[in-house]
Amino acid sequence: MLQIDLWKRVLIWAVCIAGLAFALPNAFYTRVETHNDAVAAIEVAGETPELAAQSAGWPSFLPSSLVNLGLDLRGGVHLLAEVQVEDVYKARMDSMWPELRNALRAARSDVGTIRLQPSGDDELRVKISQPEGMARAIEVARALSQPVTSITAAGTRDLDVAGEGDVLVVTLSEAERTAMDDRTLQQALEIIRRRIDEVGTREPTIQRQGADRILIQVPGIGSAEELIAIIGTTAQLTFQPVIGRGSSADATVPAGQEVLPSLDEEGVFYTLETAPVVTGEELTDAQPAFDQNGRPAVNFRFNPTGARKFGDYTAQNIGSPFAIVLDSEVISAPVIQSHIPGGSGIITGNFTVEESTKLAVLLRAGALPAGLNFLEQRTIGPELGQDSIDAGKIACIVAFIAVLVFMFLSYGLFGFFANIALLINVGLLFGLLSLIGATLTLPGIAGIVLTIGMAVDANVLIFERIREELKSARGPARAIDLGYEKALSAIVDANITTFITAVILFAMGSGPVRGFAITLGIGILTSVFTAIFVTRLLVVMWFERTRPKTIEV
Amino acid sequence: MRLRLVPETTNWDFFSRSKLWLGISAFMIVLALISFGARGLNYGIDFRGGTTIRTQSEQAVDVGAYRDALAALELGDITISEVFDPNFGPEQNVAMIRIQAQDETDSVSAETIIAAENALSEVTPDIRFVSVESVGPKVSGELIQTAVIAVVLAIFAVLVYIWLRFEWQFALGAVVALVHDVVLTIGVFSEVGIKFDLAIIAALLTIVGYSLNDTVVVFDRVRENLRKFKKMELKEVLNVSINETLSRTFMTSITTLIALIALFVLGGDVIRGFVFAMIWGVVVGTYSSIFVASTSLLWLGVKRDWTKTDGKAGTQFADIDA
Repeated sequence: MLQIDLWKRVLIWAVCIAGLAFALPNAFYTRVETHNDAVAAIEVAGETPELAAQSAGWPSFLPSSLVNLGLDLRGGVHLLAEVQVEDVYKARMDSMWPELRNALRAARSDVGTIRLQPSGDDELRVKISQPEGMARAIEVARALSQPVTSITAAGTRDLDVAGEGDVLVVTLSEAERTAMDDRTLQQALEIIRRRIDEVGTREPTIQRQGADRILIQVPGIGSAEELIAIIGTTAQLTFQPVIGRGSSADATVPAGQEVLPSLDEEGVFYTLETAPVVTGEELTDAQPAFDQNGRPAVNFRFNPTGARKFGDYTAQNIGSPFAIVLDSEVISAPVIQSHIPGGSGIITGNFTVEESTKLAVLLRAGALPAGLNFLEQRTIGPELGQDSIDAGKIACIVAFIAVLVFMFLSYGLFGFFANIALLINVGLLFGLLSLIGATLTLPGIAGIVLTIGMAVDANVLIFERIREELKSARGPARAIDLGYEKALSAIVDANITTFITAVILFAMGSGPVRGFAITLGIGILTSVFTAIFVTRLLVVMWFERTRPKTIEV
Repeated sequence: MRLRLVPETTNWDFFSRSKLWLGISAFMIVLALISFGARGLNYGIDFRGGTTIRTQSEQAVDVGAYRDALAALELGDITISEVFDPNFGPEQNVAMIRIQAQDETDSVSAETIIAAENALSEVTPDIRFVSVESVGPKVSGELIQTAVIAVVLAIFAVLVYIWLRFEWQFALGAVVALVHDVVLTIGVFSEVGIKFDLAIIAALLTIVGYSLNDTVVVFDRVRENLRKFKKMELKEVLNVSINETLSRTFMTSITTLIALIALFVLGGDVIRGFVFAMIWGVVVGTYSSIFVASTSLLWLGVKRDWTKTDGKAGTQFADIDA
């Protein structure tokens, strides 16, 4: 019969109060946001009177987590970048060549002279003058391979070695490529994160997506171009020996060498050795500076290994030029004047102050291991977002009031109970969204409005059922009881099916659509809870107090 | 006095003209398919790739001048349309510009977008670009695939759930109604030419959820009445069940429509297409749960002997108690 244990009553009210408490901060969005920022700043940089005043704007004993606003509401930039993992294969093979060359030279008696053939990006093709020594050549090349360092590919080696006639073919194994792709992605993620942090915007989202993609969302910046300029540059810095200087891009060069254009001298091309002496990976610091003539430049410092390599190379090659190459363009090609032992140096070129500052940032953050393709870019201006929030708010309030009035007109006192439950429902919905740190998007707001409309469904089912039971002339208590009992299976089935579609939307959707799925899904949970527990408790409490002989629903 | 949408007791015969209703539905479906085949959907950049730029200026939008300014850049197919919305202030002139995808995989490069923006700024100096979105054909191809999978998966999951909770005839009836709703919605979109983007897929899935919600409530009552009136003809049982749940069906549809119409009028133009899809879905979903799902069930027939094999079917949740 109409009885609810005390502990259940306490529990239901506790859940409602907790939900409303968690929803509360969203009603004072800016104030709580300022408070949260101030608290975070105090943690990092210590307390100042100003920060303390800001953090006092919201009492610290109250919950302070907020619903995150999606990019479409807050404004900002969304980018989906594809990492060109193949770039790394080439770099890897290029850097392997000297090692392979030395190893094969040591076995010259068996394989004869060797010559690097034009090769694909992920292979090295080496012609040997004594084809009968192929077995030995393969053995030598195999000795260079290493076990793949990944958990899933235990026991495999990183190189596949084969002979095709008199050509030795060394390729990266499948397992190694997968492992490399993985490392490349991790590195790219890390570098992008560092670069965005250097620029200092708040709460960027940088996530891996699938095998070779990275999702970047930065709220609060006004143009995608700006962001792409920061993260799209590879900033691959290398120091390479110079073979010669010419004026044609198509000069034919032997394998192991390459022709690169000069950055600021039009029509000038350098022939360089492909394998670099040192790379930007071995930099520990880079700062914007000025050279002795007062022109903008970038100071850099190598780590100990880099410094040793650089020192040794300069000591052995005094008088010959070497090139400083950034993203396949020669910034400058100075002649080595003396042994440079300290591991630090200066890059000069025709920089402006901004360019040298940006280059220093990029070098400090590190080079991207591979280039990026931008598959998707979306920029939402903050004013459009604010317009959407304002419109959404008004729509929510109007929808809410209209539904409240309609329910009251249709069901009278019971409608009033349902309305209280609906208010609690929206509170709980916001509370849960804040608690799990979900992101509210524009379709998400639509989801909330839809929830307001549909949330009453469970109550409608129950009330209609109670009406029916009253017709068969049972007492009011019995009718209410039966109404709840018999409506339950319809409520459960109807809501589970809707919930299934919300889950599928969440799993398959992205961005704004996912935001919609979250509000829809949580809205279903909270509306079922409020309908079968909260309104029931309200009805029971009212019934216990008044003990009516007849009821009208 | 209570507000009543339908009389307290109704005894309408929903199946006397069942052939007519099914005929109308079938006719509408054929129309929708023809429209879809002939006109196709107005796919947004999410599905076709390309760039949209939303501009806003105090000066009035001059579509011709915009077009001339952009034509010089040779970007291929460009559509420009002015956006109107009752929420806009007098100084708010908004246009949407769509530029076709420029290469095979990537989104439009930053340089192209800057060039387009500069060209437009020369026409209208105070123009602002409140949103710029660009999707490469590679991603849009995948998005379309994911969207189709999502809708199919949702329908399938629902089929399985209803099959488990009811009987296969119910599941099939519900799914026929769902497909009916989805096809009609797509038909309306191709006929009216509203932009069909990712958000619309979300709306489609919501329609699936809503239509189902309605259907399940009717079916739940059918299941109950099948047990209650063991001797009654199936047609009668269906009729009684629909009549009994009719008041609820209308109540819920109306409250949902009230909320959606508020959003349609006041929610801004960005989500208007999305909300339109849902309003349409609620109307069609309500219709289909009565006329399509139940009629299909009538034609498929059901096993009447519930008690012997599975006396607890449908009641396993009934012991939840507050």
